[in-house]
Amino acid sequence: MRNPFRRRSAADLSPPAKVGAFVLLLAWAVVVLFPIYWLLVTSFKTPYQVDKGPFYIPFVDFQPTLDAWRYILVELGNDTLHPYTNTVIVGLTSSIIALILGAAAAYALVRFTYRPRVGIIGLFIGCGASAFVATIVGAPLPIALAGAAGAFVVLAQTIGRRFSRALGNSDIAFWLISQRILPPIAVVIPMYVLFQQVGLLDSLAALVVTYVATNLPIVIWLMRDYFASLPRELEESAAVDGASVYRIVRSIVLPISVPGLVATFLIVLVFAWNEFLIALVLTSAHAQTMPLQVAAQNATRGPQWWAMSVLILIMIVPVVLMAIVLERYITRGLLIGALKG
Amino acid sequence: MSPALASSGRSIDLEPDEPIPGRSAAGARATRRAISSLGAWRSDGAARWLFIWPTVLLILVLSIFPLIASVALSVSRLAFSEGSVDLKFVGFNNYQSLLFGTERTHFLGVLKAPNPIGWAIVIVVAALTARAFVRSMRSGRVRAIFLAIRLITGVLLVGFVWLIVGALASDGGRPGALIVTLTFVFAGITLQYALGLGLAMLAVQQVPFRRFFRVVFLIPLTITPVGVGYMFLMMTDTSKGPIEPLWIALGLRNFTWVTDPWLARAAVIIGDTWQWTPFVFVVLLAALESLDQEVREAALVDGASRWQSFVHITMPAILPVTTTIILIRIIEGFKIIDMPNILLGGGPGTATQSMTLQAYIDWNTLNLGRSAAIAYLLLILVSVVATAYVSFVRRRVTEIA
Repeated sequence: MRNPFRRRSAADLSPPAKVGAFVLLLAWAVVVLFPIYWLLVTSFKTPYQVDKGPFYIPFVDFQPTLDAWRYILVELGNDTLHPYTNTVIVGLTSSIIALILGAAAAYALVRFTYRPRVGIIGLFIGCGASAFVATIVGAPLPIALAGAAGAFVVLAQTIGRRFSRALGNSDIAFWLISQRILPPIAVVIPMYVLFQQVGLLDSLAALVVTYVATNLPIVIWLMRDYFASLPRELEESAAVDGASVYRIVRSIVLPISVPGLVATFLIVLVFAWNEFLIALVLTSAHAQTMPLQVAAQNATRGPQWWAMSVLILIMIVPVVLMAIVLERYITRGLLIGALKG
Repeated sequence: MSPALASSGRSIDLEPDEPIPGRSAAGARATRRAISSLGAWRSDGAARWLFIWPTVLLILVLSIFPLIASVALSVSRLAFSEGSVDLKFVGFNNYQSLLFGTERTHFLGVLKAPNPIGWAIVIVVAALTARAFVRSMRSGRVRAIFLAIRLITGVLLVGFVWLIVGALASDGGRPGALIVTLTFVFAGITLQYALGLGLAMLAVQQVPFRRFFRVVFLIPLTITPVGVGYMFLMMTDTSKGPIEPLWIALGLRNFTWVTDPWLARAAVIIGDTWQWTPFVFVVLLAALESLDQEVREAALVDGASRWQSFVHITMPAILPVTTTIILIRIIEGFKIIDMPNILLGGGPGTATQSMTLQAYIDWNTLNLGRSAAIAYLLLILVSVVATAYVSFVRRRVTEIA
């Protein structure tokens, strides 16, 4: 094993400072792990043991039992497995799609210049608002929408061209992130109606689409900063050599932004993995996800701590495994290697 | 981004007008070809649209309808008649009851005359705002419409300070959902950023078990927020939770934090911090790992102190990411709901009711109109905060970087 105290560069800490850093990291690890430990021991307790006060160490303080694990994994069986696979499918699919679309948009916002015209946006909002008013007054929805779309196209081609004021990339980025401001509680009922209209209620597709849309702004904002911090010279020299945009992105930009991509992926994965309210409203039986199961353990008899602990633990296992696998990519050297190579 | 590059959608203008003297014609041609392919890269027509339109369309489709529908909800009331539910248009009643009517104490809080310290704060803020306004008026460079906007902003700012002071720095005042939410957001983000940055700085060092720490620190983020809420409910139980012996040793047997408003709020902030510090941590970790270490090493070899290298090299490099995480945390933090709801049900009284929780409670009792109205007020508030943050902090930071 390498000696961890050997200083390889000037930026390394001195041995005493390293011990200090280690102690601090250990302290926070205890803060993080103690509640997890408590979940673990609770999952081996009987309801009586949970109710009788704090017992800390299995076999010493109390006699552990597998009752809760058996209840969740055997008795409920498919009722656990089904939401579990749903969570895995929805979480992975939506975060991969969000990462691809979001990284592309983030790169575009960093490298290209967009000038959305104020006039066109105003016309769009105006036509949308008149369609809305028309439906309230009593016009059928398809006619109102078609009319608004037609009016928009005609007006955009005529009046819209006369407004030359334009917004910039940062305004687009701000518009995107502002989509996360409205709390889910305000959008779930409209979302329900929307997916009811297209017949996607209680389907995994509805959850995937919603999670992609809600996570995209996060991906774009995080990746935008990573892309902006990359040295332009690499891309420029590749462009001078005649490489296309797609090639530059694929063989230069993506490989050197792996740390950012991995961190962003983990973040949007856990967001999709853990989302509660939208899943609650959009699903009923077929497409239920794990967070609903956890909340369902707070039944009329009060929270079923032991069962809840089991569910939380089995929920975090795949994500933690993924973090273990992916952590090695959040590491230095990739960028520097590329610059020298 | 420099202006020349920013406007280089058609970057042919970068091309030199004449061949540079002393070079062969072939060399000049090569240069010209190279530069125009550089321009092609920056303005690649298809990629320009292909990269951004799927995102814009998806978000447009999924956001416009809910946005409009919740406006419609917020100006109406559910009317139950036999066998059917109707939306009845009630104008601004929902907003009116929250800001001026029956729900005012719930939403804005109980306001009493400020104590001397409170008066001092109000007067200082009012004086500073007035001074800033008079200055911008005298300078003569600001157009009338922007002067009006500034005047309104200033009045709102002073009114807002009055609200905070009347609820907190007064006898018998009590904060409502608005101030409680702001407390959660600002206390939470400060703690989370400080801890996240500190841990990320430590975790990039070559300490033993660093990979173990890095994975462990992510765990709180991986637990579903509802689950974190219940977990903290277990942890903070002073009669059968793990802190019971400690509680008794401190002589607090007959005392629970659940009954004290500020202790309850502190518990919510602690839970929130436990859960969200990893978010700040992992983003900053990736940013720190992507930094070019050679600059820093060179500075240290040349005798810069660690503090100097942190302030002048590391910090400027991670500032853009920093402002982004803080913006995301502000936006997400205002939506805090699970922790206060599960931990305390918004109690004691309404002491930990955030705006989203109040909206949720209204939603549960089928008062959808008022729920949507609260959500809209939140939207307006966060939009103002986020716009101010982006224009005052982020733009400046990205200009420096």
